[in-house]
Amino acid sequence: MGSELINALNEPLFDFLRYALAAGLLASLSFGIVGTYVVTKRITYIAGAIAHCALGGIGFGLYAKHELGWQWFDPLYGAIIAAVISSLIIGTVVLTRSEREDTVIGATWAVGMAVGFLFIKMVRTVTVNIESWLFGDINFVSSSDLWTVAILGVSVLILTIFFHKQFVAICFDEEFARSRGINVPFFYMLLLLMSAVTVVLLVRVIGIIMVIALLTLPAALGSRLAKGLPGMMVWAVLICSIFLLLGLEFSMRIDAPAGPSIILVAGAAYFGFLLIDKILGYIKSHGDK
Amino acid sequence: MASIEFKNVSFGYEKDKIIIEDASFELEQEESICMVGPNGGGKSTLIKLLLGLIRPWTGQIRVFGNGPESSRHLIGYMPQHLNFDDQFPITTLEVTLMGCLSSGSKIGPYSRKDRASAEAALEKVNLGEMAKKRFSTLSGGQRQRALIARALVSDPKILLLDEPTANVDQSVEEEFHNTLKELAEQISIVLVSHDLGFVSGWLEHVLCVNRSVHMHPTASIDGKTLNEIFGDNIVAIRHDHDCPPGEHIHHHGEDCDHGK
Repeated sequence: MGSELINALNEPLFDFLRYALAAGLLASLSFGIVGTYVVTKRITYIAGAIAHCALGGIGFGLYAKHELGWQWFDPLYGAIIAAVISSLIIGTVVLTRSEREDTVIGATWAVGMAVGFLFIKMVRTVTVNIESWLFGDINFVSSSDLWTVAILGVSVLILTIFFHKQFVAICFDEEFARSRGINVPFFYMLLLLMSAVTVVLLVRVIGIIMVIALLTLPAALGSRLAKGLPGMMVWAVLICSIFLLLGLEFSMRIDAPAGPSIILVAGAAYFGFLLIDKILGYIKSHGDK
Repeated sequence: MASIEFKNVSFGYEKDKIIIEDASFELEQEESICMVGPNGGGKSTLIKLLLGLIRPWTGQIRVFGNGPESSRHLIGYMPQHLNFDDQFPITTLEVTLMGCLSSGSKIGPYSRKDRASAEAALEKVNLGEMAKKRFSTLSGGQRQRALIARALVSDPKILLLDEPTANVDQSVEEEFHNTLKELAEQISIVLVSHDLGFVSGWLEHVLCVNRSVHMHPTASIDGKTLNEIFGDNIVAIRHDHDCPPGEHIHHHGEDCDHGK
């Protein structure tokens, strides 16, 4: 039994697939690392809002490119800018405790998407396929995307190497971190910004709506398998790459879009793991009696 | 030189709401005290002032002669714990290492020296063999000791504990106080507690915090006085009943009598 994915990768015309796979595997590194912080700090919901807000920037990017004639402006740049702005807004609210956190998160989420949708509707010179941004479309992955992913991924990696111990401290016990002179607001904000940049990395492949699952599910599985955070990161990176490979293979076999296929694989693995874990736990507790 | 010195310190979070009013007290080096007071009376605020996390409106705070911010590394701190998530994958050693955050390099991983001190601190609280184990697998008492190790790792001169036994059962609490008692022979302990009974045998002074701050000799505090000052939420029971007759007359005053 051959792999559809491997056959397709050998297809000379399928540059986009090779780019998509390379981008995915490169991004797995950031996804596993940042996902570990996001899951342990329990800010999945915030990271989700940031990802959805990216549509605002994508919309603006498309508008700027096609209507304002900014040919150099890749919609992905817009996505990054929008994600950064939304993480600054949410981060400020959380840190100052000035407003209800969940309300502001929800509002930022919706407004970001509204802005994006309106901008996209104002693009009249070309037809924009909104779906491809919402749910991903590997046909659009180009070599320049690969560079963006590589550069941002390396930046995330460097920040992690520099400040891992501070991030662990604020994820585990903010109060203690503060007592040790750690600038908690600064590192919290940095963490949100890293999540913002990371979710954008795979927007082309997975789309903004589902990208959060690929950020958090590998890390959540990693947390069950590892004893410590470094181990959790390694597991998360590995699992994320496996999800991407299996998801792409699955999408080729059923001839379906890659993004939802990858997420479906990730979700099935996650819920399957939970189920098996519960069953094993049940058998064990009843076996003891 | 006093280890901790408060001079006419006042503080509040909002303009017209004063939390700590004109607090003045001194703590001798190697002296240990217990801090008591009702909820909302200002204990946590006093801790934050002591750690330099907030600045007083007026007055002066000195920790070993310097401002609290620059003396932070001299204070080992154990927060009132910890919404610990059992799924958080972290080893006991990794938890303990966080005590090294205030010393050492700000960039990059913990040094070999940090790791050695963290391991030594775990040995000190008899958790050496749990270093590589996941923190969530430790028992309640072991977790408390690991957090003590984390506070001790930077080799502090003062150990500051905020209600360390609030969420553990009584046997753990007793064991924990024995650990503290031993430590108190080497460093100065500032213990925030609802329960004076455990500590009245080995702490000479009690710091009563309820907007105003007063230092009392432990011997002069009895249950009745505490009830008058703080209302009902303070427990003052002596848990070790075997006070030698001579000792309790000299050092503990009425302690054994109001115990029940």
